[in-house]
Amino acid sequence: MEGRTTGGTEARSAPGRRGFIELILGGGLLTLLGSMLYSVVRYVIPPKVADAGLASVVAGKVKDFALNSGKIFRFGNRPGILVRTQGGEFRAFSAICTHLNCTVQYRSDLEHIWCACHNGHFDLVGKNIAGPPPRPLDPLEVVVRGEDVVVSKKA
Amino acid sequence: MWRALFDWVDSRLQIAPVLAFLRHKQVPVHRHFYWYYLGGITLFLFAIQVATGILLLLYYKPTAEAAFESVQYIITKVPFGWLVRSTHSWAANLMIFTAFLHLFSVFFLKSYRPPREMTWMSGMVLLFLAMGFGFSGYLLPWNELAFFATKVGTDITGAVPLVGGFMKTFLRGGEDVTGTTLTRFFGIHVAVLPMIFTSLLVAHLLMVQRQGMSTPFTSEGHTVPTPSREMPFFPNFFLREAVLWLGTLALLLYLSIFLPWELGVKVDPFASAPAGIRPEWFFTFMSQSLKYIPGTVLGMDGEVLGILGFGAGGAFLLLVPFLDWWAGKGRRHPFFTWAGIGIIAFMLTMITLAYVKPY
Amino acid sequence: MRVPDPCVGPGFTPGRGGRGAIRAVPAAPILAAAVVLGLLVAGREARALDQPAGEKPDTCVACHQAVGGPMAKPLEDRKADVHATKGVSCADCHGGDPSRMDMDSMKVKGFVGRPSRRDVPRLCARCHSDGARMRQTNPALRTDQFAQYQTSIHGKRLAGGDTKVAVCTDCHGVHSILPANHVQSRVHPVRVADTCGRCHGDAEYMKAYKIPTDQLALYRESVHGELLLKRQDLAAPTCSKCHGNHGAFPPEVTSIAGVCGQCHVINKDLFLESRHHTVFDRMKLPECVTCHSNHKIVRTSDDMVGVGEKGICIRCHAAGSPGYKAADQMGKMIAGLSAAVHKGEAKLAEAERAGMEVSDAKYEFQNARVALIKARNEVHVFAPDRLNKVVGPGIELAEKGFRAGQEALEELGYRKQWSLIPLAAILAVVVGLVLQIRRMEGGRG
Repeated sequence: MEGRTTGGTEARSAPGRRGFIELILGGGLLTLLGSMLYSVVRYVIPPKVADAGLASVVAGKVKDFALNSGKIFRFGNRPGILVRTQGGEFRAFSAICTHLNCTVQYRSDLEHIWCACHNGHFDLVGKNIAGPPPRPLDPLEVVVRGEDVVVSKKA
Repeated sequence: MWRALFDWVDSRLQIAPVLAFLRHKQVPVHRHFYWYYLGGITLFLFAIQVATGILLLLYYKPTAEAAFESVQYIITKVPFGWLVRSTHSWAANLMIFTAFLHLFSVFFLKSYRPPREMTWMSGMVLLFLAMGFGFSGYLLPWNELAFFATKVGTDITGAVPLVGGFMKTFLRGGEDVTGTTLTRFFGIHVAVLPMIFTSLLVAHLLMVQRQGMSTPFTSEGHTVPTPSREMPFFPNFFLREAVLWLGTLALLLYLSIFLPWELGVKVDPFASAPAGIRPEWFFTFMSQSLKYIPGTVLGMDGEVLGILGFGAGGAFLLLVPFLDWWAGKGRRHPFFTWAGIGIIAFMLTMITLAYVKPY
Repeated sequence: MRVPDPCVGPGFTPGRGGRGAIRAVPAAPILAAAVVLGLLVAGREARALDQPAGEKPDTCVACHQAVGGPMAKPLEDRKADVHATKGVSCADCHGGDPSRMDMDSMKVKGFVGRPSRRDVPRLCARCHSDGARMRQTNPALRTDQFAQYQTSIHGKRLAGGDTKVAVCTDCHGVHSILPANHVQSRVHPVRVADTCGRCHGDAEYMKAYKIPTDQLALYRESVHGELLLKRQDLAAPTCSKCHGNHGAFPPEVTSIAGVCGQCHVINKDLFLESRHHTVFDRMKLPECVTCHSNHKIVRTSDDMVGVGEKGICIRCHAAGSPGYKAADQMGKMIAGLSAAVHKGEAKLAEAERAGMEVSDAKYEFQNARVALIKARNEVHVFAPDRLNKVVGPGIELAEKGFRAGQEALEELGYRKQWSLIPLAAILAVVVGLVLQIRRMEGGRG
């Protein structure tokens, strides 16, 4: 920013004064650009925790699920429940009980889904069959891709 | 060493005349000279938008299933992601605000008069494009408020006579606002609009350089004789601009920390519309005024009438260089002064009502 | 209008001549014609009635319709009657022969006419306890109602001669009986309480029985009453769910947990494990009702547990006793968990309002809320160490959520602090530029 000055009288550009200006200008710019560069670099380096990638979630591997068993997995910000029926089929639902939002579980002795909070029962299509829950569980889409069981939002 | 490099390039591209021009560029200094800064600030904010927008592109996912979560990811998990996103949202609003200020200052200073008609018209189109940026960008986080605001906004577009229906389906990518709309808006926001905007912006800036800065009338109705006082663009005006630009940067930083931009709730298309849907503030002067027009006026649909009214207002502003014949003669016709004041008053009233008493 | 009886009356002497005969001879055809005409009219009127398809017009209907007034009311009622739609005729209950002319139709063996109250249950049971008969029209309907009724207080007292007690028609109606799942039926779950209350809520009617008559009023104020009567939630119980319907009887003191436990299974199981179970039964205290009341069961609140003003425990447990100490402990545990949950929720909400993104922490925090719900169940085992097993982890989760909210607010604080560096840098550059401008322009900034 060296001075091509115009009109007006030239100020006393004492070297000391000029140096001071250069110092704070330079120092300030350096700090500013440095902090901007720092934040951009930190930003573009991918974080350790990858994005949940919410279209679908791999809930597990086929071989990890015995017949007549169920497992809770995380689906976005909510819990989901994946059930493998006695017949080997996979079914998935939102695990949020429709009564007071407790997390349901699979009961292999009853062969259906149960909520421990107030004894709500849901059958294997998610319908509320006994107890206080007023509505069925929200269903999720399950697809088996090779070894993976992939759960996604119901279309 | 720089000299050698410069000579090498110059001998091939003859850029020396350009630099000489820039070195000798002058800015007139007068009572209303401060308004000259507004265009530059708008440009600076646009540059911020491009930079933060590109950074957001690294992590944003433009599908209905993943959009909301990807923005959530950016602001919680990505280092400084909160800063990038909040800056982008705040700068967008500030940019449109300064663009409007720039528009009105040029309007009242009558810089649109010959020979600057094309500069003015390209500027008007740039404003419309900027509002298009705002409209398309608003939907991208795929949150509830934006979803319903887009629904209402595209509905209003559909009421435009003749082409409305087509425009609505084109914008939405179908009958309703869905994931297709999101992807479409994304494409418009990051590719289509930037391309058109940048080209027009370059043209706008080139025209300003070519013609130099316009000066306002004196109170006797004569143009200020050039040049009574001038300031070199480099470095004097530019350093002053830099001060303002840095101030804007500081403001953006402050806003991102103390008034961070909200994310809201993810879209649930089956839920009913929440109370208090409102488009972005720069659309509210239209959305709010439409609320006051009765259903049918003189046998015509009230909404259509309102849209035609805005169309007429936009056309008036766009063509004012040709309508304001007096300005070309150096005279200030009161109609245009009052029209400008009227438009500002109308917009301010509607915007205030939209926030204070929407119903 | 009484149809003249062609078989009695003056002037009918078949085949006799003479003065009377001359007078009678023209009268007979006229009378006959009148009767035929009358029957035709009555028959047409009978056809004009809303008789269900397939039911032959019968004289019961025809006569009662023709007589009108209160006699015709049953016909009016039967327009909305399940028996009518199933082809059950008047004679199927009341006996008689509908093919015979007027009063003759009633001169048949087995004609019941208007049954006495004492005979009503047996009359209904003639079909409703007959499996073969019921299979013809409603194979899945139970056929043990009468047997159950005989075990009920109503049945027993009726057998002893008390006809003020309820019989079938008091609850189900007489001629306009609807299936219980029909929303206008008097025994539809939503309307059962009002039906029972017609007698049991009538202090004057119930004077001799020396039992309370406020049950209906109390039930209406209860949470069950609110759910069923106001919100039409059929999961909520009504009188018959706890007392039985045909075998209506108050539950035994030692079986109350079983009755409430039809729905409140977890609380029942815990209670049966607890020491209160054996003690209450021994002291003849009515299990669940002891603390929760029977008809006016209200929404529970956390301050029911403990030694505070609203504490139920201190009704029995004197200060200083082991029970008192245990109640105090449990009350404090529940209160502690509830407070921790509220604190955590508030902190997370504060962080969210300040603009920080805390949805992960909120997701985890749900488990703290669930712990509180489960703790409220666990109270029913009345053992502080058992309760602590639920409350302890719950408090940890709630505190975790609280800390997450705090951290988010701290992060906000860091942002504010660290931003001072670039802000200071901007300030420095701005100052430098201003000075530079002044230097260049000789003081004219």
